[in-house]
Amino acid sequence: MTTYYTKDHEWIRVEGDTGTVGITTYAAGQLGDVVYVELPETGAKLARGDDFAVVESVKAASDVYAPVSGSVLEVNSALSDAPETVNAAAEGGAWFVRVKLADAAELSGLMDEAAYAAFCEGL
Amino acid sequence: MRYLPLTCEDRASMLATIGAKSADDFYADVPQSARLKTKIAGLPDHQGELAVERYMTKLAAKNRSASSGPFFVGAGAYKHHVPATVDMIIQRSEFLTTYTPYQPEIAQGTLQTLFEFQTQVAALTAMDVANASMYDGSTACAEAAVMAARVTKRKKVILSGGLHPHYAAATRLLCEAQGLTVVQLTVAIDGEGELARSVDGETACVIGQSPNVFGTVSDLSGVAKSAHDKGALLVSVFTEAVSLGLVTPPGEMGADIAAGEGQSIGNGLNFGGPYVGLFACREKLVRQMPGRLCGETVDADGKRGFVLTLSTREQHIRRDKATSNICTNSGLCALAFTSHMTLLGGKGLKQLAELNHEAACELADALGALKGVEMLTPRFFNEFAIRTPVDAEAVLAMLDEAGVVGGVRASRLFPGDHMGDVILVAATECTTAEDIAAYAAALKEII
Repeated sequence: MTTYYTKDHEWIRVEGDTGTVGITTYAAGQLGDVVYVELPETGAKLARGDDFAVVESVKAASDVYAPVSGSVLEVNSALSDAPETVNAAAEGGAWFVRVKLADAAELSGLMDEAAYAAFCEGL
Repeated sequence: MRYLPLTCEDRASMLATIGAKSADDFYADVPQSARLKTKIAGLPDHQGELAVERYMTKLAAKNRSASSGPFFVGAGAYKHHVPATVDMIIQRSEFLTTYTPYQPEIAQGTLQTLFEFQTQVAALTAMDVANASMYDGSTACAEAAVMAARVTKRKKVILSGGLHPHYAAATRLLCEAQGLTVVQLTVAIDGEGELARSVDGETACVIGQSPNVFGTVSDLSGVAKSAHDKGALLVSVFTEAVSLGLVTPPGEMGADIAAGEGQSIGNGLNFGGPYVGLFACREKLVRQMPGRLCGETVDADGKRGFVLTLSTREQHIRRDKATSNICTNSGLCALAFTSHMTLLGGKGLKQLAELNHEAACELADALGALKGVEMLTPRFFNEFAIRTPVDAEAVLAMLDEAGVVGGVRASRLFPGDHMGDVILVAATECTTAEDIAAYAAALKEII
């Protein structure tokens, strides 16, 4: 199980050909209190870089981009009723979607935990 | 706002500063081919104030005011009584001069009236939540269609044969620009139920109207059920808001979005505009709703206050992904609506609706009793369609000579649909027994 990060502050935790996607603790902190999460439908096809979800806080509404291509296996519908989970457990319980990876090679373009930490440090 | 005229010296100094010889230099980039070579024929040179006033007065005298005699025009715009109080309230400078302010919370009075407006519209339509208004009924209808497409992620919109053609045109324009397919059902006086048979698994929404453009009142519950069975939404449209005092409101028929015209309450005919669009939906759809939304809250001291809420749907935050490009609503018309509705109350609205229906029944009896006049609308609120034995355009022209504005010929709204002998006729609380007698007498002479 390996976790990768994007410059748009998404994380993806990969097990076999399945990835779990969410936004990072850093992103959730920058957004402030999250009040709404709009998720895609199960079965939706995502291309890398697609905006597939929207996260809305009291300050802003931001798109969430697909770190890799794939199809949506499951969405975390619990976020609709409890969007504040994103602030409490951004990289845990507040995952957005599980996707079936279309091309595992795409992962090589992402950052690992240390690289992402350094990236955030420089912001 | 003060008017600050410029002197010739001011102009010369401004031109010198930017290095232009005259104001004509500003248009140097407009290609010669796009410029007028000569004066516009028939357009006179500028005139003095007195001459202009004389000329305009003469022009204005050609208008016939809706209040100046028997008047039976409806079909989307209705002549209702507007109490003097409404004008008095909307002309208060605190209200009259406020656009939706850029720091909206500074104008608590404006926000409070918009909040009350939303509350009234939600109650009137029996929906959960209403926005702070749209431009008019037709754009509200169009926005409902594209909202349904966002909600369902589908691309087909079906319009009933009784939807006002202006609403249909506005809806087609907005939908087709967004890549949606619009299916228009055949024009029908009593055909809203056809929507139930047309809806399929690709349909984002069906749009029905009650009372429809021919005045027919329909129960859309069956349409709602069929739409929901296929995963589509029902948009329930109305052009006559007063009807909601008597007929079953959209929410009680299972509509997901209600869209209509609010001109009838508190607003005059205004030569066709500005009007005020009413827009309401189910609470679970509110994130996809267009337009501004005012909310009630408490301030730091626990006192009641009003704010704009769910603004992240709007274009100043969401830019191109906003739920709509509408940012300024019809605030003043909405205020007039709310002022009148507050005066009426629920009971008053019902009584007003009853007066309208009674006047229309008397009119229908009087016209229907004439030999050769056929009543086409099976169930109506305050307007209906009649067939005359003579061409409707000729009938209306002759009625006009007799001082009666007899309605709208259907062929104006539906050219090419064989409606040359059909007239849409409306009555309101302003219609008197004398007006009705004058109409019947004049029509009897003509046919």
